Amino acid sequence: MEPEVKIKAEKVDFFYGKAHALKDISLDIYANQVTALIGPSGCGKSTFIRLLNRMNDLIPGARMEGRITLDGQDIFAPRTDVVSLRRRVGMVFQKPNPFPKSIFENIAYGLKLGGVRDRAFIERRVIESLKKAAIYDEIKDRLHEGALMLSGGQQQRLCIARCIAVDPKVILFDEPCASLDPISTRKIEELILELKQDYTIVIVTHNMQQAARVSDYTAFLYLGSLIEFGPTQKLFTVPKEKMTEDYLSGKFG
Amino acid sequence: MNRARISEVLGFTLLWLCMAFCLFFLGAILYFIVVRGAPAISWEFLTSVPRRAMTKGGVAPAIVGTFYLTLGAMLLAFPLGLASSIYLCEYSPKNASVNIIRLSINNLAGVPSVVFGLFGLALFVKAFGFGVSILSGALTLGIMALPGIISASQEALIAVPQSYREASLALGASHWQTIKKVVLPSALPGILTGVILAVGRVAGETAPILFTAATFYTRDYPTSPFSEVMALPYHIYALMTEGTHPDEQTSIAYGCALILLAMVLAISGIAIIVRGRQRSSYGT
Amino acid sequence: MDIRTIRETVYRWIFAVLAFAALVFLIGIILILFKEAWPFFAQYSAVKALLGQSWYPTASPAEFGMLPLIVASVVVTVGAMAVCVPIGVGSALFLHELAGVRLRAVLKPFIEILSGIPSIVFGFFGMLVIAPFLQNLFGIPTGLNAFTASLVLGIMAVPTVSSLADDALSFVPASFHEASLAVGATRWQTLTRVIVPAAGSGISTAIILGMSRAVGETMTVLMVAGGAAVIPRSIFDPVRPMTSTIASEMGEAMTGSPHYHALFAIGLILFLITLSFNIIAEIVSRRFRLKLGLGR
Repeated sequence: MEPEVKIKAEKVDFFYGKAHALKDISLDIYANQVTALIGPSGCGKSTFIRLLNRMNDLIPGARMEGRITLDGQDIFAPRTDVVSLRRRVGMVFQKPNPFPKSIFENIAYGLKLGGVRDRAFIERRVIESLKKAAIYDEIKDRLHEGALMLSGGQQQRLCIARCIAVDPKVILFDEPCASLDPISTRKIEELILELKQDYTIVIVTHNMQQAARVSDYTAFLYLGSLIEFGPTQKLFTVPKEKMTEDYLSGKFG
Repeated sequence: MNRARISEVLGFTLLWLCMAFCLFFLGAILYFIVVRGAPAISWEFLTSVPRRAMTKGGVAPAIVGTFYLTLGAMLLAFPLGLASSIYLCEYSPKNASVNIIRLSINNLAGVPSVVFGLFGLALFVKAFGFGVSILSGALTLGIMALPGIISASQEALIAVPQSYREASLALGASHWQTIKKVVLPSALPGILTGVILAVGRVAGETAPILFTAATFYTRDYPTSPFSEVMALPYHIYALMTEGTHPDEQTSIAYGCALILLAMVLAISGIAIIVRGRQRSSYGT
Repeated sequence: MDIRTIRETVYRWIFAVLAFAALVFLIGIILILFKEAWPFFAQYSAVKALLGQSWYPTASPAEFGMLPLIVASVVVTVGAMAVCVPIGVGSALFLHELAGVRLRAVLKPFIEILSGIPSIVFGFFGMLVIAPFLQNLFGIPTGLNAFTASLVLGIMAVPTVSSLADDALSFVPASFHEASLAVGATRWQTLTRVIVPAAGSGISTAIILGMSRAVGETMTVLMVAGGAAVIPRSIFDPVRPMTSTIASEMGEAMTGSPHYHALFAIGLILFLITLSFNIIAEIVSRRFRLKLGLGR
């Protein structure tokens, strides 16, 4: 049974000014699965994931060629509403970045943007999101205190809750555990495994073991090119390309 | 979602308007001063003394007066300012003195110019007995300029990469040698920029010299630090408030304003160039 | 201790002593102001002086009611802020969010030039160009009044507020901006709901310092505000703030006369006002740094 394709990248090339950062990448992201992007530093995995919610638009001199579609629609088409794209494709960043507001206000922010005024609804959504992000019990009596007071791991789960609150279809994780301790890391990995029931997940990680633990599909990138892509189990045990095998056995990167 | 878009368009338009208003006002000032001041400017205007009850002749004594006042102010402010910033940045002591000095500088910077004038009047003109003179004016202006010089020098010193200092010390140089031979030369462009900007501010100040140095009319150029002087900014004020022949004198005032404006523009231009060159030399 | 260590210590002490010059001058100003203002307060009650409505220093008997002067300063400063805050903060937001790197590099020098123009030139321009224009526009008896003074003063304070606000905005970590956009906010929503609130204390500092500048400004108001030492009844009445009172009357006041000391008293009040503004700004700015986690 072929899983449904949520996001499809076709022959994507990406340039920062003169630098050719992504070369001819074609990749399928399957719905309700976790897809991991691995590879040594500078291989383009962060660059690629940022194309999926068009965060690269913020960089001057950035240019893309090729096609990326979400549910069959080209997200780079001229009249695409980028703002609503970002509501459907959420992102959790490498370094937790809660706003300098209360925990409650952080989560409510996304809802209020859409013009939601119903206080009861907002409150329900906030609590729901905090529960889904497995952090509600820890902070339920501190909802109106500052978010910056939380620990790193808690802040990251808060950011996940904030992302979930606007009800996205896809969640992009850009090295979410890079600045966290091992225990927080594990909590987030467990969370990701749960979240995939409701969301499509793409995760960038420089930690191969994490990719093996958490993902269903893995893409290995090197120097801007897609070297290999396939079900995680297969890629990690019987990789097709020699370079993949070398990377996985630690010969470089 | 559409409401958000509309708000955005309106909001951004407002911001454009704010910026445009600033530029418009700046343009208006430049336009009027240049257009009405240019006819007054001539070689005679810049080099000769005023004649015929300030309706003919030039404003050379005012230019000279402004020059001396500014020079005097810098002679006071520059050494003191540089020394202060060196102490704060290079010797950065870990005690309370840093905070005390920093607070003093910030508060000194906020003192209104007319209060400096009162201070100069009571202290230099009366108590020390210097009278209304270049000396009194320059000292007053110097104290006013001090905070500005300190800030600019501090910025310049902080911008010098720490690696320069470490390399020098690792080679066996003493602290003072490092400052004198490595840090100061590196920071020089930034420090000079600060001095140049301070010169611009000081030359245009009127209130501090109102009761300490300036006078409407001197027959000749100043002969000693104890003489009173004409000064460009004061001259504009005096022409407009004490002048007896408004028609000709308005034109002369525009001429003085144009000279001041030209000076400000030249100084800003130099500061920009120096800053640009400094940035490229550090590779920022 | 060898000669080199002695020399180093000497240098360090020289610099330390010189660095305290700023403190010495500040204390000097405070002392002089108190010394020259004291005779006034010894002779006239402070309350009557501050609340008195008649300022007739040259009449006999002389009256030293400072209220018209204080009210004038307040009116003109508030008016100036009404002009300066929107335009100053607005242009800072423009430079921060809408101007690309190149446009910013071009526009910032222009704002710097505006800040470098001497106050006398502003006053001169206000008196000869703006006042007649407004006089015609509104059909009022004179263009030299509180309104014009507020307008010109406001523009003068714009570069101060704008560059400080711009600095405050640049301190806000870019991660907030990214996080907001990633949740699906428009740039305007991000600016108004996340960035500006985060920079709030910094922007407040900018405004307070702008106010301090406006209150202390002398030459501009001297030439543009009109010169009537009476409490204004409308924004189009001529007024005489504290600064221009000192500047215009010190020439006529004899040293040691009550008038002389009264002017110093005004100077002292002015100094205390700007001092308070600076202290408040310092406190607010420290809170700003703490809030963003910038330390110090």
